[in-house]
Amino acid sequence: MIRVHKIILQEGLVNFIDMTQLENEISALKAELIRMWILVQSQMNKAKEAMLQFDQDLAREVLVKEKRVNSYELSIDNNCENIFALYCPVAVDLRFLLAALKINTNLERIGDIAAGIARYVVESTANFNVSLLEKSQLLRIYEESVNILIDTRAAFEKEDTTLARSIFKRDEVLDQINIAAPESIAELIKEDPRSTNELLYILSIIRKLERVGDQCMNIAEEIIFYVEAKILKHQETSSNK
Amino acid sequence: MESTVVSSKNFNAYFGDNHVVKNVTIDIPRNNAIAVMGPSGCGKTTFLRCINRMHELIPGTKTEGTLCLDGEDVYNMNPIYVRYKIGMVFQRPNPFPNMSIYENVIAGYKLNGLKVPKADQDNIVEKSLTKAALWNEVKDSLHKKGTFLSGGQQQRLCIARAIAMEPEVILFDEPTSALDPISTASVENLFNELKANYTLIIVTHNMQQAARVSDKTAFFYLGELVEFDNTKQMFTAPSDPRTQNYITGRFS
Repeated sequence: MIRVHKIILQEGLVNFIDMTQLENEISALKAELIRMWILVQSQMNKAKEAMLQFDQDLAREVLVKEKRVNSYELSIDNNCENIFALYCPVAVDLRFLLAALKINTNLERIGDIAAGIARYVVESTANFNVSLLEKSQLLRIYEESVNILIDTRAAFEKEDTTLARSIFKRDEVLDQINIAAPESIAELIKEDPRSTNELLYILSIIRKLERVGDQCMNIAEEIIFYVEAKILKHQETSSNK
Repeated sequence: MESTVVSSKNFNAYFGDNHVVKNVTIDIPRNNAIAVMGPSGCGKTTFLRCINRMHELIPGTKTEGTLCLDGEDVYNMNPIYVRYKIGMVFQRPNPFPNMSIYENVIAGYKLNGLKVPKADQDNIVEKSLTKAALWNEVKDSLHKKGTFLSGGQQQRLCIARAIAMEPEVILFDEPTSALDPISTASVENLFNELKANYTLIIVTHNMQQAARVSDKTAFFYLGELVEFDNTKQMFTAPSDPRTQNYITGRFS
């Protein structure tokens, strides 16, 4: 029987009734991770919007808010350290904290990816050609990577390992787009050599978005480890999982 | 494969009508430290005391099932022999107050009327105190009363007294609950060394201690053995929800 940590999402409204002090700490940590997750999602969406609309102000906002993502990472690390030191957690609590530490790192890296995309927009001198974004499959991989990020969060919140397992298969879609990208970008460059710079940016962004899928897959593995005490890391194929 | 030193099969213990230990089946491997944990009144201390037949000292007790030492039922053995082979250390250090450190260590022989030459006695005392990590601290004051020692030293003296009889198994009933953290650490360090020669069965309320010192952990609840597994497994991914609730402090 797996205990679900009761969380109410609004800040400060964690349900403290009938819980031990350690459960309260863990619930607060979980709420903090979810707040960080929502911020990272918003960073990804804003970076996409800035790219599509060539809104350099919005891109700069993403770069500024990256500092907030970093401060979440430090705060969550610190809270994990305190819980380890003060409560000596075991069993599901220990697994949750170990998973929280890694999920925290994965989310911070996704935050870096959003900031990296925003930086391209800030550095770019002309807006991206939307038809190139579509032809290169950038829009598709972007949409899918953000959806994976959202669903991984849902799996974490609900401790839903079936949903977490579905992430492995969906990551393969991102991998396929990424593998096909050099060839399709080369074709597009041949068709219109004047767009070479823009297409190279697009290739870099596709590479970054593929990494979002990998980070989400790592997070999904951590969710399964925390809930089911099963280690899925470094298994050869997703079908094993 | 590890050999089994103590094993019980469908073992039950009663105090009058009170069924305290229920159908416990367990195989305890040799030269391991085994922690036994569970809430107060779960039967863990009773089970421990049944292993060397100490519970028989209380009137109205009864046992059913088998409890074996090296494959032989301890309830078919002479209880004095059982206690030679299965030593015990209690919650509070209890050296004999009227005896010196030396006499305390050798007390098992003296009280049983066993004649041991003086040179052998000296040898037993030195060896036992060395194994109990106390020799260096007391070698110059062997003839002082044991009660002059600190709590941690007294507890190690009691361990030396148990070791002196060369038992196979040593039972510990909350051996550090009356000790300060430094004395606790010295006794815990000792467990690691002792298990090379003896099998240790340690009842403890301190879960972190169970996690630190034992190879395997048994969890008792309401007289039943709920789970017995490797300590690392028990403290990272216990298989029974009752174990998880207990070790994470969520027991209601």
